[in-house]
Amino acid sequence: MDVILFLIFAIIAVVCAVNVVVQTHPISSAISLIGVMASLAVLYLLLGAEFIAMAQIIVYAGAVMVLFVFVIMLLNAGAESKRGRSLMAQLLGMPLLIAFLALASYFIQRLYPTGAIVHFGVFQGGSAQSVGMALFTTYLLPFEVTSVLILIGIVGAVVLARKELP
Amino acid sequence: MSGVPLAWYLILSAVLFSLGIAGFLFRKSVITIFMSIELMLNAVNLSFVAFSYQLKQVNGHIFTFFVMVVAAAEAAVGLAIILTVFKNRSTLNVDELNSMKN
Amino acid sequence: MEFFVISIIKAAVVAFALLTTLAYLQWVERKVIAHIQVRLGPSRVGPHGLLQPLADVIKLITKEDLIPPYVNKFVYLLAPFLAVTMSLISISVIPFGSEIQVFGHTTWMQLTDLNIGLLFILAVSSMGVYGIALAGWASNNKYALLGGLRSSAQMISYELPLSLAIAAPLLLVNTLSLREIVQKQAGSILNWNVLPQIVSFFVFVIAGFAETNRVPFDLPEAENELVAGFHTEYSSMKFAAFFMAEYGNMVTITCITAVLFLGGWQPLFPAAWGSNYVPVVLFAAVGALAIYHGLHPARRRDRLTLPVFGAVSLVLAVLFLLPPLQQALIPLFWFVAKVGSLLFVFIWVRGTLPRFRYDQLMGFAWKVLFPAALLNLLVTAFVVAWRS
Repeated sequence: MDVILFLIFAIIAVVCAVNVVVQTHPISSAISLIGVMASLAVLYLLLGAEFIAMAQIIVYAGAVMVLFVFVIMLLNAGAESKRGRSLMAQLLGMPLLIAFLALASYFIQRLYPTGAIVHFGVFQGGSAQSVGMALFTTYLLPFEVTSVLILIGIVGAVVLARKELP
Repeated sequence: MSGVPLAWYLILSAVLFSLGIAGFLFRKSVITIFMSIELMLNAVNLSFVAFSYQLKQVNGHIFTFFVMVVAAAEAAVGLAIILTVFKNRSTLNVDELNSMKN
Repeated sequence: MEFFVISIIKAAVVAFALLTTLAYLQWVERKVIAHIQVRLGPSRVGPHGLLQPLADVIKLITKEDLIPPYVNKFVYLLAPFLAVTMSLISISVIPFGSEIQVFGHTTWMQLTDLNIGLLFILAVSSMGVYGIALAGWASNNKYALLGGLRSSAQMISYELPLSLAIAAPLLLVNTLSLREIVQKQAGSILNWNVLPQIVSFFVFVIAGFAETNRVPFDLPEAENELVAGFHTEYSSMKFAAFFMAEYGNMVTITCITAVLFLGGWQPLFPAAWGSNYVPVVLFAAVGALAIYHGLHPARRRDRLTLPVFGAVSLVLAVLFLLPPLQQALIPLFWFVAKVGSLLFVFIWVRGTLPRFRYDQLMGFAWKVLFPAALLNLLVTAFVVAWRS
């Protein structure tokens, strides 16, 4: 059951990721990226990271990608043109990518031959309570620093994107 | 009921990361390049959570949380920069945004 | 295996009940708004217009399903699908009642209980923004695009006070699971979260109005403003999908309000004081009144409908007296009573208040609601920390 779920959502994630890279129109890439994030959220659930899965949907798929979609709509970004591709990139790109991935997979498989087997429900430490405890005790300083970082981001975005006064 | 070997999660993370790099290198629209960066960050998040499962600790989740927060702040500022660039140059093609070259 | 069968049966029952509720919610809305405006509302199709939703469904299904040639087809078809799916999924974690025993199997009156149930609801409502934004964009029509952008900007702005208003009662109940939130409010009305968290309750309800694009926050789909907002170019079933999504969101927000603040399926006063007989007394009184008036009706056409209504009400009163059905029906009665009252408030506000201008709307979210919710969270946190 775990294997079937993993395979389904991993294949959806890879297909959507290929779509992000291949599609010409930015909106199609954005929708495919939302698909990648949603299937990754399910994979996080399988790994026992329930808080992170929901945070992924709320923050990443529900806020960051909405921002992307807004900007694409505002800028009226059209489909990319297809000229100017180098011949070497077209011929060698895909085979080299597949060779690289095959090599990486082989070495990863060798490093973790009988390592951890992921069963759903084994790792119970990913609940909101444990994440909250760690965030507010061990990692309190990075937590506060990231809140300042978000403040900087807000101020920067407002300053950069506001209308020029005539 | 057999579970899923952890290596498969790591391989998936590698696949997504390399697809992100491919998109980053090959695409011409600034927004799509930005989306490939988000794809790379997601791939890294997946491997963090996978290792957190293996070590049975919650620290990997905390790291993922911070990566998400930083990615959100970066997306906000980056998109604001893209908006400003578009306002000044009226193009989103990175090949044409080269007024500092030569 | 038994788990799967029970879950499928529960899912089928909930889906059927939800879809019927959505259809008849529209009938209730039209009748209530009509009576507020001193007119009759639908009254021709069937007795008191009760078959009006059926007529509407038949009309929408048989209308020509038009896809304009200038739209982006995939996104145009994806948008209503996303909107409807997200609004219907949230029902799956809402507890309708306590544990019941059906034919020897024990199960909860809830499709599934996640320990992050409340975060799940927030996640699904964040995804609901996409249905509207993509619909506005895909229609290739500047009015639709403006309506879609305004509506999605409104929805994401009001998600912030919504989440903060949820966080404050969470400090009191210490759990994200909806089942446990309801169980912690057991007792009487004094144990419900609404009394200690009254500010949060109001912020949540107002943000809920804005999240579901209801009056007074419905500028993006106002008919005299932007043609019809983001669903201008949609016809027949896709239009029906957006309407179903709006009513579904309304039902979800009222269910969450009831669960989080009003004690879910817990009764108003404890069962030891006789709260199990409240539904019986209520339905019996309504039935008796209806039959009494049915004997000498004020209008001729009520000669048949009033006695029938009274008879149905008396049958329901008897059903609440039977012990095997009581364990399921009584929590359900309290839950439906609370959700129904909140839905009536939603409809009442629609018939009464004018709508906000768009800049007033956004200013209200960021300058009034967000600081209020934040202050409430701060005060609650101080009180909880000081008490423990």
